[in-house]
Amino acid sequence: MENVTLTVNGKERSAPAEGRTLLVEFLREGLRLTGTHVGCDTSQCGACLVHVDGEPVKACSVLVQDIAGAEVTTIEGMANADGSLGTIQAAFREHHGLQCGFCTPGMVMAAASLLKENPKPTEAEVRHYLEGNICRCTGYHNIVKAVMAASGQDVAPPAVAAE
Amino acid sequence: MYDFTLTRPTTIADAVSALQGEDAQPIAGGQTLLPTMKARLAQAETFVSLTGISEMRGISAADGVLTLGGGATHATVAREAAASYPALASLAGRIGDPAVRTRGTVGGSIANNDPSACYPAGALGSGATITATGPNGSREIAADDYFQGMFATALEEGEIITKVAFPIPEKAAYEKMLQPASRFPLVAVFVAKYADGVRVAITGASTDGVFRWSEAEAALSGDFSPAAIEGLTPPSNDMISDLHGTPEYRAHLCKVLTARAVRSAQ
Repeated sequence: MENVTLTVNGKERSAPAEGRTLLVEFLREGLRLTGTHVGCDTSQCGACLVHVDGEPVKACSVLVQDIAGAEVTTIEGMANADGSLGTIQAAFREHHGLQCGFCTPGMVMAAASLLKENPKPTEAEVRHYLEGNICRCTGYHNIVKAVMAASGQDVAPPAVAAE
Repeated sequence: MYDFTLTRPTTIADAVSALQGEDAQPIAGGQTLLPTMKARLAQAETFVSLTGISEMRGISAADGVLTLGGGATHATVAREAAASYPALASLAGRIGDPAVRTRGTVGGSIANNDPSACYPAGALGSGATITATGPNGSREIAADDYFQGMFATALEEGEIITKVAFPIPEKAAYEKMLQPASRFPLVAVFVAKYADGVRVAITGASTDGVFRWSEAEAALSGDFSPAAIEGLTPPSNDMISDLHGTPEYRAHLCKVLTARAVRSAQ
């Protein structure tokens, strides 16, 4: 096994990896960054989505040796410096954009990629962009609301249960 | 996935030489190959990554031809070919999802020649020229000779696709009907109008992979309008039959999507 070094969330990190070691395995098992989830392991669901050199990738479908030296951002890198939730994370909490939470790291990372490319997306554009991220609680309406809110656009306030 | 050694050459020459090794296979973006390897349906002792070869990643448009390096990703093509060849950029920008487009490459798609992939339709519909580089040097293969059936191509052992040159048409469009689970085309049609005639390439429909619908090409070369193909019988090239669609349904889609592509071509 050779040692692979990546810059993860701004810090240089190294761990041993085989030729077949996937980026998601390296993050979770090598670096113990378990915020990135493995859902389907077949690049369908997007739970493992992270950024490599600023671009979205499914970490279950990238060999870590193939991106040695790259800059990687994971969900652990999305909070503010003081530890408070970042804008997208806070919007997911505010708009109940997560139920079981399993897809959430990938959803947040995908949303960040979208907003970088298209800072004021329409609701249709949000839905289309998130087509590679599956929420099996089917909580898509609130996920879309959260992304719209994170972009600074008006959304209907979260539903409040009747008293 | 079985273990293997990954090598990451930075030049085409080094990649070709690495592929001469015992049981060595190329891997590009890996968006098809890695899932296949996980299912243990593909394996090799050595995989030679093509992602580190900068001379294979370029995109340029000159003299009416858009040339893509074999390693150009779908995301890059969607962005950088939008001005020179919008229909092809649109095809690239609708493959898979954004994260898949970050990694997947034109060379990988054309080398694999999945019967439902998008790029084979763009390449055959544009009459592209594929440059394959191997131990005996580089050779140019016309798209008409390159695609040889489901997952079959003119590539020889040890060759990699280093570039693909697409003549830029006057008008073109790519229309696809998505298979709702895989998001691959159930059927998709690439129509391109050149000064010397119209090309119509269809993917997703035939068990032989991508094909040209010559009757539609002849009709559209005389009259580039949806009405020109109204009277045609849909193509009958051994349509795929599966739980997503009957052969008759796929044949019907060929005609509907060709008409749509003609209508939206610009």
